[in-house]
Amino acid sequence: MEVTEAVAIDHGLKKEEFSKICELLKRTPNLTELAIFSAMWNEHCSYKSSRKHLKKMHTKGKQVIQGPGENAGVIDIGDDDAIVFKIESHNHPSFIEPYQGAATGVGGIMRDVFTMGARPIANLNSIHFGSPQHKKTRNLLRGVVKGIGGYGNCIGVPTIAGQTTFDESYNGNILVNAMTLGLVNKNKIFYSKAAGLDKPVIYVGSKTGRDGIHGASMASATFDDKIEEKKPTVQVGDPFTEKLLLEACLELMADNSIIAIQDMGAAGLTSSSVEMASKGNLGIELNLSEVPCREEKMSPYEIMLSESQERMLIVLEKGKEEHAKKIFDKWNLDFAIIGKTTNSKKIELIFDNKKVAEIPIDLLAENAPIYDRPWKKTKLPQKLKFDKDEFKSLKLSDCLKKILSNSNISEKKWIWDQYDHTVMGDTIQKPGGDAGVVRVHGTNKAVAASVDSSALYCFSHPLTGGKQIVCESYRNLISVGAKPIAITNCLNFGNPEKEKNMGEFVECVEGITEASKYLDFPVVSGNVSFYNETKDKGIKPTPTIGGVGLISDYQQMLTMDFKTDGNLVYVIGKTDGHLDQSIFARELLNEKKGPPPTVNLFNEKNIGETVLDLSRKNLIVSCHDVSLGGILTAVSKMCIKGKKGIKINSLKGLTNKYEYFFGEDQARYIVEIPKASLKKVNDILNKYSVHFDELGTVNGQSIVYKDDINLPIEELADAHKYWLKKYMDS
Amino acid sequence: MRSSVIIFPGSNCDRDMDVALKKFGFKNQMVWHNDQSIPKSDLIVLPGGFSYGDYLRCGSIASKSKIIKSVIDFANSGGLVLGICNGFQILTETGLLNGILQQNKFLNFVCCNVFVKVKDKQNKYFKDLKKDVLELHIAHNEGNYFCSDDELKSLEDNNQIAVTYCGKDGTENEKTNPNGAIKNIAGIFNKNKNVLGMMPHPERMIDKYLSGEDGSLFFKNILDNFK
Repeated sequence: MEVTEAVAIDHGLKKEEFSKICELLKRTPNLTELAIFSAMWNEHCSYKSSRKHLKKMHTKGKQVIQGPGENAGVIDIGDDDAIVFKIESHNHPSFIEPYQGAATGVGGIMRDVFTMGARPIANLNSIHFGSPQHKKTRNLLRGVVKGIGGYGNCIGVPTIAGQTTFDESYNGNILVNAMTLGLVNKNKIFYSKAAGLDKPVIYVGSKTGRDGIHGASMASATFDDKIEEKKPTVQVGDPFTEKLLLEACLELMADNSIIAIQDMGAAGLTSSSVEMASKGNLGIELNLSEVPCREEKMSPYEIMLSESQERMLIVLEKGKEEHAKKIFDKWNLDFAIIGKTTNSKKIELIFDNKKVAEIPIDLLAENAPIYDRPWKKTKLPQKLKFDKDEFKSLKLSDCLKKILSNSNISEKKWIWDQYDHTVMGDTIQKPGGDAGVVRVHGTNKAVAASVDSSALYCFSHPLTGGKQIVCESYRNLISVGAKPIAITNCLNFGNPEKEKNMGEFVECVEGITEASKYLDFPVVSGNVSFYNETKDKGIKPTPTIGGVGLISDYQQMLTMDFKTDGNLVYVIGKTDGHLDQSIFARELLNEKKGPPPTVNLFNEKNIGETVLDLSRKNLIVSCHDVSLGGILTAVSKMCIKGKKGIKINSLKGLTNKYEYFFGEDQARYIVEIPKASLKKVNDILNKYSVHFDELGTVNGQSIVYKDDINLPIEELADAHKYWLKKYMDS
Repeated sequence: MRSSVIIFPGSNCDRDMDVALKKFGFKNQMVWHNDQSIPKSDLIVLPGGFSYGDYLRCGSIASKSKIIKSVIDFANSGGLVLGICNGFQILTETGLLNGILQQNKFLNFVCCNVFVKVKDKQNKYFKDLKKDVLELHIAHNEGNYFCSDDELKSLEDNNQIAVTYCGKDGTENEKTNPNGAIKNIAGIFNKNKNVLGMMPHPERMIDKYLSGEDGSLFFKNILDNFK
């Protein structure tokens, strides 16, 4: 096939990009070469629209061992232990084929983590679906959950936390973001940078098939009516092979045989080989006839673009081939020496004894296009003036029940029951809490992790929204007694070629950067997913933050369930009653305008450190951050989890109870304090000059507030626990 | 007491079982599926997971693996063989235990705490156990036990039903049955009661920071009965 501009455009390249390729190569590429360019230059692999802005991110910190740019980020948690983690999107394939899309998303992110030598110890996910009324939502949700479970359960890594939301903006583009944490000795981390000449390049894992060809390009385009035709671009996963690959790789990593290792993810063999060579400033020669193929007569083009799962590329020390082969034989995996490192600084492909492609590496990596796309700032919306007389017709208890059973607030047990969350025997906080917590096996330490996003806030004002999610992540970790250390982010946005979408991206990144800098909560890994758009309709901006924190003594972990009658309950942090963009405004007033709550980073940090101090001194026995739905929603969850009631005090100087109870002001926590600790707690709160309200006392089996609320916990639990199950069964 | 945990490709509760056994004082060793023989043991454990990817049927390929003949010989000579979750599935596939484990009635994987009633204490696993109802943990997609009427009758007549799903107070009914298993069966013995297969994972319930501690009682009891 002759390569023309039209062929290039079919491969997702722009006209100008094709001319640039011809100019750089000083000739027209052949089809295989064109395919390699298209795979490396698409948005998904090249970050061409985002790179300029990602550079500004705050990525350094005392505990950061590896920031963005590797397979995953790495942080130091003391005693030679390090945590490797990353979040990644698998949005486009999951919409086309929910089970396989989600499953291979989980598989891909786990490979990123064990590629670095770490054993995965926890999975999390953040999944977002269209309106519950939309005809596709139920099946997509069912498929995605089954896919995530099907893969993670089989590997035997617990899924410890997650987030699920519904919003009509995801009707045509669901989001599936998967995160994995792994544990590694910090002196035994493996990287993707090749080094040394004439070193053998090894292919291990599954055979290469025709699945997933053009997957990365598909993920770099918007959807139209013909989306069903894209099914063949979705990869098919085999968790059993991945489990074997995991064990085999970790076994080989126990000694010094590996120079560099890279999993074959998006754009398969192309991107893994180019990245390893590029990082090592080397060339690489691959003999594609040696690649183990699942199907007959696969062409170089297909071999280079296949996104078959469960494959790894390794640059090995010379002379270690037999030793490595023995390990992969033991685990019944393919092992093939397919090439070597060279000093040509080119990627050279041989097939049937003929050279079929030759491209200088720097054209693919460093010379990939970078765009400074035009973008538009989003103005802060005007604060709404609510007609408070209108509130009076609303009964507090009815409002509460309605909010607790809201699709985005209600408990997601139907989902997490399908995930094995206890395998590996170290899960000490299961899904449903503020963060999932796993012990660092065999030590007193535990690692907490949480995933968060706030698309409504980000849509209303991206800059504030970006800051808010980082803070929310910070609070969720502190609420379980963990010191926040670092984050990974998955930036899900619409079409970057549209100024509004690009602006949302730029400003969310700015917000994330500002907050992570202030809170000393650096970004160590992440990915960007653009083009979440169908027939011109894009998603709300949905950056997802995966936060990781450390509990140095796991016995100090906190949970949110109320513990003992008679204990006092405080709200730490000030409540102004911000109702704009709240669940209350949406659900009960049908009001969707207004700005998100203001983020005050000083307060976030100061109040966060206060609560952490209280937990380190064992002065509080339960803790929960106040987020969506405000104080009354948060306190109800604490009651439901603990099967205990609360008597809420008559609050002095309260201007409006609806604003107080349902406002979504930031930087607030609810804590439960044993009477004996009260004086010490008050002293610490005063020392940090932190505002707090004495909300009430843990008491009985109902939530009681003056004559306004008297609700048995069981009734609240019914409202809260069964929305999703009923929805899925209906 | 010496124990051996068999590792099949795809096993994923092997380490958890090793940790649990050692915690309570078993001298445990791990045995690879391709080995010909098993070191001298007083207890052999087939752990949970997805042996051989659970291809064909859960446990079926493992039941034809190289090591399995030694397991069967050991069981037939009266040795204690414990199969948890996938291990239970393997034991039914080998024929050491009757019946089969089908997909859960509600067609979903289920991971949660359950209560089980100990139905028989005339055996080396549950003899003198202080409790009648244990809180354990399940995590499976194919735990829906089923067998023929004749087999069920024989299980009942010989007191081979080991544990059944129940409520906190011991009530057994449809509500307390998480997967649709016939007669709420969560675990059974062979005729001699030296082979026990059960879906719940005691190894995930061995300290108070995990889902619970009743798993500890189970392991300690096996040791106490051995002494």
